[in-house]
Amino acid sequence: MSATGHDPVPNRIHARPVPRPGRWIAAAILAVLAAMAVHGLVTNPNFHWDVFFTYVRDVTVIRGVGWTLVLTFGSMLIGVVLAIALAIMRRSDNPVLQSVSWFYIWLFRGTPVYTQLVFWGLISVLYPKLSLGIPFGPEFLTFDTATVITAFWAALLGLGLNEAAYLAEIVRAGLGSVDKGQEEAARALGMKESTILRRIVIPQAMRVIVPPTGNETISMLKTTSLVLAVPFTLDLTFATNAIGNRIFMPIPLLVVSAFWYLLITSILMVGQHYLEQYYGRGSGSERPRRGGPRRPRLGRQAAIKAGGTTKDDPFLEVTP
Amino acid sequence: MTAAPHSTPMVDVRQAHKMFGDLHVLKGVDLTVRSGEVCVVLGPSGSGKSTLLRCLNELEVLTGGSVRIDGELLGYREDESGRLHRLHPTAIARQRAKIGMVFQRFHLFPHMTALENVMEAPVQVLGRSKAEARATATELLERVGLADRMGHYPAQLSGGQQQRVAIARALAMDPELMLFDEPTSALDPELVGEVLAVMKDLARGGMTMVVVTHEIGFAREVADHVVFMDEGVVVEEGAPAAVLDAPREERTRDFLSHVL
Repeated sequence: MSATGHDPVPNRIHARPVPRPGRWIAAAILAVLAAMAVHGLVTNPNFHWDVFFTYVRDVTVIRGVGWTLVLTFGSMLIGVVLAIALAIMRRSDNPVLQSVSWFYIWLFRGTPVYTQLVFWGLISVLYPKLSLGIPFGPEFLTFDTATVITAFWAALLGLGLNEAAYLAEIVRAGLGSVDKGQEEAARALGMKESTILRRIVIPQAMRVIVPPTGNETISMLKTTSLVLAVPFTLDLTFATNAIGNRIFMPIPLLVVSAFWYLLITSILMVGQHYLEQYYGRGSGSERPRRGGPRRPRLGRQAAIKAGGTTKDDPFLEVTP
Repeated sequence: MTAAPHSTPMVDVRQAHKMFGDLHVLKGVDLTVRSGEVCVVLGPSGSGKSTLLRCLNELEVLTGGSVRIDGELLGYREDESGRLHRLHPTAIARQRAKIGMVFQRFHLFPHMTALENVMEAPVQVLGRSKAEARATATELLERVGLADRMGHYPAQLSGGQQQRVAIARALAMDPELMLFDEPTSALDPELVGEVLAVMKDLARGGMTMVVVTHEIGFAREVADHVVFMDEGVVVEEGAPAAVLDAPREERTRDFLSHVL
C-alpha cells in the first residue's frame, strides 16, 4: 500500500472524509471579507500612508516608545516587589498585616487606574510638603512634594501601585497552589519559615505565578497610554496624539501608535510563549542542567509539574 | 534494654491530649522510647497514632500534656515557677532539626534532584558548606542503594526510590531520633521491601526510631517495643512477642485478626 511497501498495517483504512461544505463556504466568505479589509486599508487615501511612514520613525515617537517601555517595566518591577510583600502579609498570622494587605488590594483593585493616576498627579495639591520625622512628632527633613514626585514618578507610582494589587492576588494564588506537605517536610527538617518560603515554596509557586505575570506585562504596556491623566506627556500615545493634532492628521498617527504597541506586544508574546514553555505548561524539553552523575532529561520546571505538588489554577489566566 | 535504668529516655510523652476543634484525638497518651530502641505504633486508622507521631516534632501542637525529646521539653520553656512560655519558631525549628521525619507521601522537593534534596537542609539549616553536604549526601544515597540516581528528579524515581531518598534526606541532618509515618502505605506492594530493608538496616545501626505502620512483619522482626493504640489511647504495649502473639486486650486481638 505505502510507497515503500513496508506498511506495518496491512489493512490500513483509506476512507473518504465526511463532506463539510459549510467549512468551505465559511472560509470563502471570511477570505473575501479579509481581502476587502486589507484592500480598504491600503487604498483608502484617508489613511495617509505617506504620513504614517514619515512619522513611524520620528524621533519624538521613538522616544515615546522608550518612555512607554520604561513605564511598563518600571511599574511592573514596583508591582512585583510590592505584590510579593502583600501576598506574604496576606498569609501571615498577624491580623493587622492581613487586613492591611486586604484593604490595599480592595482599594487599588476597586478604583479605576485612570482615577488613581489623576490622584497621583494631584498629590502635591493634597500634600504640598513631604517630611521625614517621628509620626505625630517632630520633623527632620521637609521636601516640596512637587519637586520629589515629578510627573514621571507620579505615573510610575500610579501604575506600579495599581498593578501590585493585581499581582498580589496572582502571587497569593501561586503560593497557595503549593502542596502543604512541602512546607511540612521542610519544617520537619528544621528550616525556618523564611527559608521554607525562599527555598521550597516560592521556586515551586513560580511555575504558577510567572505565566500570568507575563500577561500582566503585556497588559501594562497598553495601560501606560493612560498616563496623560497625571499628566505625563512623553509616552507613545501622548507623543503620537500631539503630532496628529499639530498636523491635523490624527488617523495616520493613531496607526503609528497602534503599530508600535502591536510590535512590542508581539515581541512580548514571543517571550511569554517561551516563559510558559519553560514553566512546564509546554513540553518541558529545555536543556538539562549540569551536575549529578547522570544528566536527567527532565527540565527543572517540568520536574515540578510532574511532581504534582502545585496545582494549576484556571482562574489565574488573565487576558491582556 | 542496653541503656542504664535511670538514663533519660529519648522520647518521653506524658498525658498527651490533642483536640482538633471538638474532636478529641489523643486522650492522655503516655509513651517512653529509650535511646537506640525501635518503637512500632500500631492501630486502626483514626486511632490517633499519626497525630501522636506528628506531636513528637511539633508538626502538631499538643492541647495538653508534654513531650520531652532527650530530656528537652518540646515547644516550651519552663520557668522556675513551672509556668510554660512558648518558644520562638526559630527555637522550635532548632529542636526539629534533631528529629528526622519520613512521610507516607514522601514530600520530596520536586524542583531538586535526589542529591539536592539530601543536601538542602544541611546547607540551609546547619550552615554546612556545599562540598561537605554533597559528600555526606552522596554517602547517604549510596547507603540507601541510590548511587546511580543522584541526578534524578523525584518525578523520575519510583515510589520506593523516592521514599529511600526521603530517608536519606532525614538522615543528612544527623538526627538523634527518626519518625516514620506509615512509610510504606503509599507504595506498590513490590516496592515495600526495599524501603523496609533500609529501615531494618537503620535499626540495626542503633538509630532510635518511632514507626507508625501496618507492617506487622516489620514490627515482629525489628521492634523492641510495640504500642497498640485505639480511639486516642494506648490500649496495650510491650515486647513484640507479647503484644503480637499473645495480646491481652480484646481490641488488640480484633485488630490483629484483621491485618494478619
